[in-house]
Amino acid sequence: MTAPLLRLKNVHKSFGPKKILQGLDFDVAPGKSLVIIGGSGTGKSVSLKCSLGLMTLDEGNIYFDGHEMRANKRSEREAMLARTGMLFQGAALFDSLPVWQNVAFRLIHSEGVSRKEAKERAIETLKKVRLGTEVADLYPAELSGGMQKRVGLARAIAAKPDLIFFDEPTTGLDPITADAINDLIVEQVKGLGAASVSITHDMPSARKIGDEIAMLFDGKIIWRGKAEDVDHSGNEYVDQFVHGRADGPIQPAI
Amino acid sequence: MNPEIPFFLKPLQWVGAALLGLLSETGRLAAFIGRVKISAVSFPLYFGEIVRQCIKIGYYSLPVVGLTAVFIGAALALNIYVGGSRFNAEQFLPNIVVLGITRELGPVIAGLMLAGRVSAGIAAEIGTMKVTEQIDALDTLSTSPYRYLYAPRLWAAIITLPILVFVADVIGVAGGYLVATGTLDFNGDLYIRNTMNYVTGGDIFGGLIKAAVFGAIVSLMGCYHGQNSEGGASGVGRAATLAVVSSAVLIFFSNFLLTTLFTRIGL
Repeated sequence: MTAPLLRLKNVHKSFGPKKILQGLDFDVAPGKSLVIIGGSGTGKSVSLKCSLGLMTLDEGNIYFDGHEMRANKRSEREAMLARTGMLFQGAALFDSLPVWQNVAFRLIHSEGVSRKEAKERAIETLKKVRLGTEVADLYPAELSGGMQKRVGLARAIAAKPDLIFFDEPTTGLDPITADAINDLIVEQVKGLGAASVSITHDMPSARKIGDEIAMLFDGKIIWRGKAEDVDHSGNEYVDQFVHGRADGPIQPAI
Repeated sequence: MNPEIPFFLKPLQWVGAALLGLLSETGRLAAFIGRVKISAVSFPLYFGEIVRQCIKIGYYSLPVVGLTAVFIGAALALNIYVGGSRFNAEQFLPNIVVLGITRELGPVIAGLMLAGRVSAGIAAEIGTMKVTEQIDALDTLSTSPYRYLYAPRLWAAIITLPILVFVADVIGVAGGYLVATGTLDFNGDLYIRNTMNYVTGGDIFGGLIKAAVFGAIVSLMGCYHGQNSEGGASGVGRAATLAVVSSAVLIFFSNFLLTTLFTRIGL
C-alpha cells in the first residue's frame, strides 16, 4: 500500500467551550482525491485550516510525506506549503493585484522567478483553466464569481503542487458553472498527478471530483468509502445527508 | 465549578476581569509590534510594496495635511496676536508661530490627520483581507503577512510622516505669514527674518522625530486592529474605529513623553 502524502491523526480543536474536531483521522495517498462531506458547522473548513497549519491543534498530529508537522517548526511547514496549493471558498484573490500577479504570486515572491517569466507562466496556467490572455491584466473585482474561482484554481496549480486543498469549490455558483469548475478540478488534479482534499456539501461535486468520500460528523469521520458507494453506504447519517432529508439522526443546523 | 461570588464582591470581580483583559490585550499588542519590527529589519524586504505604500500613505496625504497646516498656522497667528496684544507682545507673533508649528502643532496635526486617513484605511484594508481569507491565502503561498503587509506599511509611515510634517511646517508658517501680513499689518521681510532667526535646527529635528514615532503608531494600530477584525463588515468597521481612536490617544500620550524628554535634554 502507498504511504499517505497527508495524514491527520486524532486531531482535536475547540473554540472556547465549543468542540469542533474530536479525534479527526484521515489520510490521502499521492495522486488520490478525497472529498470530505458534512453539514454546515461540522468543522470541514477547520479541518482544512488545521491541515494547512493556519490553525493550531489542541491535540493530535499531522504528517506530510511521512514528516510530522510541528507547530513550532516553521521550516517544516514551509516545506509542506511549497508543495501545496489551496483554492479558497471565496477564491481569496488579492484585490490590489491584477489577475496574472495573483496567479504568479508564489513564483515571484517565493521562488524568485523573474516577473517576465512569471507572467508568461501565469498566462499559460490561465489557459489551462480556460481563461484567455485578456483576463491577465484585469483585477479580481472585474471578474464574475466563476472566473474568480478559475483564477483561484490557476493560482493553486501554478507552482505544480503535490497536494491541493479545495474549500467548497462550487459554493455560490450556478449548476452549469459549478460543473465546469468540477471538470477543471478533475482535469488539472489528474493532469498534475497531485493528491487532493476537498470539502463540500455539494453532492454532485463530491461524486465528480472524489475518488473517495468521507463523512464528517460530530468532529470525526463516521464513514469513508469509494465515491460510487456513497449512495448505498449503509450508514444512516450518510444516507440522510446524501438524500438531503430533514428527518433522520442529523439535526438541522437551524 | 466556580463558587458563587457574593454580590458585594461583584465590583471587584469586574475590576479584575477588566484588568486581566487590559493586560492580555497589551501583551498581544506587544507581541504583534515585536514581530512586525523583526520582520521590518529582516529579509526579504518588499521594496516595491514599501514604495507603493509611501505613495499611498505619504503622497496622497499631502493635500489634507497641507490644507490643515495652512488653516492652523493662520488661526494660530490670529490667536497669538490677540493674546500677545494684551501685554504688548504682539511683535513676537512670528517667533511663537514658528515654534508652535515646528515643535508641536505640525507633528501632532499631521499625525492626527494620518490617524484618520491612513490608520483607518489600513485597518479597513487589512480587515477586509482577513475576513475574505486573503491573509490565509498569503500564508499558504509561503508569504508572511508580517513581511508583505505590515512591515512595508510601517516603513512607509516612518519615512513619509517626517516629510509630511516638514511640508506642514513650511505651509503652517506660510499660513501665519499670510494672516500677519495681510490683515495684521506686519512687515513681510521682517516677519520672515524673525522666523528664520528664531527657529533652530533642534526645533525642526525634534518635530521630525515625533513625526517618525507618530508614523509608527498610525501604521501599527491600523495593522493590529485590521488583523484582529472578525465578524464581517461590522468587524471591519469596528477595526477602523479602534485604529483611529487608539492611534489618536497614543499620539497624544507619546507626544507628551517626547516633549518631556526633549525638554530634559534641551532639544
